[in-house]
Amino acid sequence: MSWNWEVIFSSLPKLLEGTLLTLELVVISLLVGAVLSIPLALMRTSANPLIRGIPLGYTFFFRGTPLLVQLFLFYYGLAQFDAVRESIFWPYLREAYWCALIVFTLNTTAYTTEILRGAIQAVPNGEIEAAQSIGMSRALMFRRITLPLAYRIALPAYSNEIILMLKGSALASTITLLDLTGMARTIIARTYMPIEIFFAAGCIYLLLTFIFVQLYRLFERRMLRHQAARTSDASATS
Amino acid sequence: MFDLQGFGDQLLLGVWMTLRVAAGGLVMGLLLGLVGAGLKLSKSRIAYGIGATYTTVIRGIPELLVVLIIYFGSAGLLTKMAGWFGHDGYVELSPLLAGIIALGIAFGAYATEVFRGAIQAIPEGQTEAAAACGMSQWQTFFRIVLPQAWRVAIPGLGNLFQVLLKDTALISVVGLDELMRKSQIAISNTKEPFTFYFVAALIYLSITVIVMIGQRYAENWASRGVARRTE
Repeated sequence: MSWNWEVIFSSLPKLLEGTLLTLELVVISLLVGAVLSIPLALMRTSANPLIRGIPLGYTFFFRGTPLLVQLFLFYYGLAQFDAVRESIFWPYLREAYWCALIVFTLNTTAYTTEILRGAIQAVPNGEIEAAQSIGMSRALMFRRITLPLAYRIALPAYSNEIILMLKGSALASTITLLDLTGMARTIIARTYMPIEIFFAAGCIYLLLTFIFVQLYRLFERRMLRHQAARTSDASATS
Repeated sequence: MFDLQGFGDQLLLGVWMTLRVAAGGLVMGLLLGLVGAGLKLSKSRIAYGIGATYTTVIRGIPELLVVLIIYFGSAGLLTKMAGWFGHDGYVELSPLLAGIIALGIAFGAYATEVFRGAIQAIPEGQTEAAAACGMSQWQTFFRIVLPQAWRVAIPGLGNLFQVLLKDTALISVVGLDELMRKSQIAISNTKEPFTFYFVAALIYLSITVIVMIGQRYAENWASRGVARRTE
């Protein structure tokens, strides 16, 4: 068994094709999840136990079960019901691509909801009281005070969720999708060079994680630039 | 509530296997985490480099890929090595062993950071006092640092264990007869995928809840020496 560089180079175009699908799945589900999690996180912080309970049940299920089970439940499970197969959604739910996208979105929404809920609850009381004292309506206060502050508090935890989603997207390969992992497995089935191809796929994942982390760091620095200014002021005066 | 059509005992066998992989992965991961933390806290730059490479690489690639690499990658390596000893058949790890190793490696990478943080949280005075008593480095670590580090580490390790439990489902991909694969077998007989995957999901949920309760006990146990502030 000698190391075969050639097979890595010759399969690189295919692997990059898989990388594109991986990125597509991750980016779309993260974006949709970021939007959906806002109302859910708001419901989670409600004083009404009924309103609080609905998203709690949802996040509990999606955070407490393996992503693989969720994926299979949707992709294979839904076909058990005639009602689903006869519905207008069936052309989509039949497709592995849409199932993966839906499940990834639901999964990341659940995690993001909990991150955002924690952040909303961590917004200092004084900010809320100040907003109330100048007569802001609840909607305006949420839009201008609570949410922007909560987002900044949630930023560091959210970067972990991005990486987890990137890594979780490898499961798309278990429902026949040719994402990066799926493509690697197909190439291996043909060439029988598991070590080389998995090595190449692992390197691409590492590179993706690295790029995500670097971009996120820039983004975080920009979003938190008011704090950076404050700390450098403090160190200048002291 | 659910008609399991006689596959209930098979699912239970699957749960038992899931718990075995999880326990094996936990033990191996804790050991790797301690070693990793030792490497990353070492003054030697080579040791630090090894530890840092381990955590960066493993935390950057999907767990599924780790499982596949260990299972399929090791087969090539082991067959080759068996060849040196005059065995010319195909050798591979059992799915159970491959699963334990893969999950242990993944858990260990994250546990390294948890242990590192916990060990750094122990005041230096503690190790200095131990040194002043004439304890060796090993004695200081196992008698002074580690018992106190547990208290800091257990919440983080508990969360990691919950991730590990959910990751056991990935081992079904290489054919280990754990809960997920037992469900698939039941489904191929009964043609009721939703029923069985949903039951599997509920079982994973109950295991998660039990682990959460266990985690609380473990936290109380680890902080038994610390006075609780009454509020």
